[in-house]
Amino acid sequence: METLSSPQAPTAKRRSRSLRRFLANRMAVIGLVFVTLMCLVAIFAPVIAPFDPIQDIFSGTRGNPPSSEHWMGHDHLGRDLFSRVIYGTRIALIVGLASSLIAVVLGVAVGAAAGYFGGRIDAFLSLLIDTLMAFPLIALLILLAAVLGPSLTTTIIVIGMTVWARYARVVRAEVMSLRERDFVSAARAMGSQTGRILLQHVIPNVLSSVIVLASLQIGTIIILESALSFLGLGVRPPTLTWGGILADGRAFILRYPHIAIFPGIMIVATVLAFNFVGDGLRDALDPHQRS
Amino acid sequence: MTRYVLVRMMQGVVVVFLISVITFIIMRVMPGDPVYLLLGDGNIQITEEQIQQIRTNWGLDRPLYEQYLVWAGNLLTGDFGESLVRRGVPVRQMIMEAVPVTALLNLYAITAAILFALPLGIASAVRKNTWVDYTTSFFSALGIATPNFWLSLMLIVVFAQYLRWLPPFGLRSWQGYILPVAVMATEEIAVLLRMTRGAVLELLPQDFVRTARAKGVSGQRVLWRHVMSNAMIAVVTLIGYRFALLLSGTIIVETVFALPGVGRLFTDSVMRLDYQVVQSLVVIFAVIVVVANLITDLVYSLIDPRVRVSS
Repeated sequence: METLSSPQAPTAKRRSRSLRRFLANRMAVIGLVFVTLMCLVAIFAPVIAPFDPIQDIFSGTRGNPPSSEHWMGHDHLGRDLFSRVIYGTRIALIVGLASSLIAVVLGVAVGAAAGYFGGRIDAFLSLLIDTLMAFPLIALLILLAAVLGPSLTTTIIVIGMTVWARYARVVRAEVMSLRERDFVSAARAMGSQTGRILLQHVIPNVLSSVIVLASLQIGTIIILESALSFLGLGVRPPTLTWGGILADGRAFILRYPHIAIFPGIMIVATVLAFNFVGDGLRDALDPHQRS
Repeated sequence: MTRYVLVRMMQGVVVVFLISVITFIIMRVMPGDPVYLLLGDGNIQITEEQIQQIRTNWGLDRPLYEQYLVWAGNLLTGDFGESLVRRGVPVRQMIMEAVPVTALLNLYAITAAILFALPLGIASAVRKNTWVDYTTSFFSALGIATPNFWLSLMLIVVFAQYLRWLPPFGLRSWQGYILPVAVMATEEIAVLLRMTRGAVLELLPQDFVRTARAKGVSGQRVLWRHVMSNAMIAVVTLIGYRFALLLSGTIIVETVFALPGVGRLFTDSVMRLDYQVVQSLVVIFAVIVVVANLITDLVYSLIDPRVRVSS
């Protein structure tokens, strides 16, 4: 049954039902707790890290394995690996959030325009989306990162500019069906401006899909960032990243394997946590299950 | 149907054209001059005229659109030009030498992935919410969350460093394939397993399965005859859409294991600013992905006519 006011907008009742469904998902809650923990670690890195990750070089400890004082051992120069990994959390989360933001804004704008206006605009934008989706992502990232020069800013922009197509595709499909719905036609008939219709009636109704997609994509973005930094094309030293520490670990893989082990575990755990949260959100917000 | 095929092919051609233009522009704004790169650390003395001579020979002094047209025209006739870094070596030859490694790598990985993922995915769907389902789902989640370069390093530590069973890098013997294939297969298994599980879960409550059950067909037979064959179609077509991701995986894995494939050729050429090789490879990647998607679309529309109508 449809009413003229946006019927899909989440009411308080529906929201609490979604929340209850999310909280009933054990893996999602564990994921959320871990993600929160990682955010705290990133914010309070200077307090948590027992040593300075760059300045404190312990002589005669090159590549020492983990001990009670240095939980993850020393890196190839004798620095405390635990402190380095703690600081690496910051870049992973910053890139994950900032790149997602760029991708969401671009993807929603392009997808909504393509889906709502249709016709030539849709044909052109869809071609753009298809072109980007047809490109091996890593190849494009390597190419752009090499052109723009490796740095934190370029890494964020490059990843954001390459992953938005997925959002656009989802938003486009949803907007196409929303466009035909009664409450949108009614708004149009009452003479609302197009921009207003999009912002007030259309986009709010695709937000839950976008949130689900974003939570599932953050993990991918964290992996992409560490892959770029691992190849020396992402965030560069002295800025600490898990991918950068892994690159050190790769250079000394046969002599000091522990350097590569710990940052990798952090990446896997963080990505896993984000993916569990995303799965939980999808199950909790999925319109198909909202009966 | 013919119209659908023609439209999709035209779209593919436009996508490849766009990608070739974008790549061409990206390569030209790249920092670093290939002429100086070629001369190395300045040990080779060279006059300004000689540099101009090289530029003229390579066509680097002509306007951009002209350079693009020459290059694109040559590409269409299968002439990829010469490497700027390995002077005199045709790009076509460099790529041809690298293709077998990449093709084998992907072939082995996909085969292994299908062999493992299909039965496991079906098992976890049929035994939904049992320990079988939880275990496979957990490992598939773990596989998706594990970066392939880190998994590569860990396998090198275990199998090359501690056990000394396999070589850590390179392709001096066939054993060099084992670790990279394992890494690529792990990623594919994790994704395929999830897709198979989803496909089967969607099939189980459908009418034809219920009808077969109601007619008294035994559980095993329903599973094999009706569910399995339909799930296979769904999953195999989905593999067709994963070509872009497969190529991405190849680039990283070949770089970490120092395998002389197309992926490593790509990263090396980007780092060395070897314009000709990078441009050619990007266009080839695009063609592969577009053709794979096109074939998948066609197969899919033959199996399921609803797709054709809605497009």
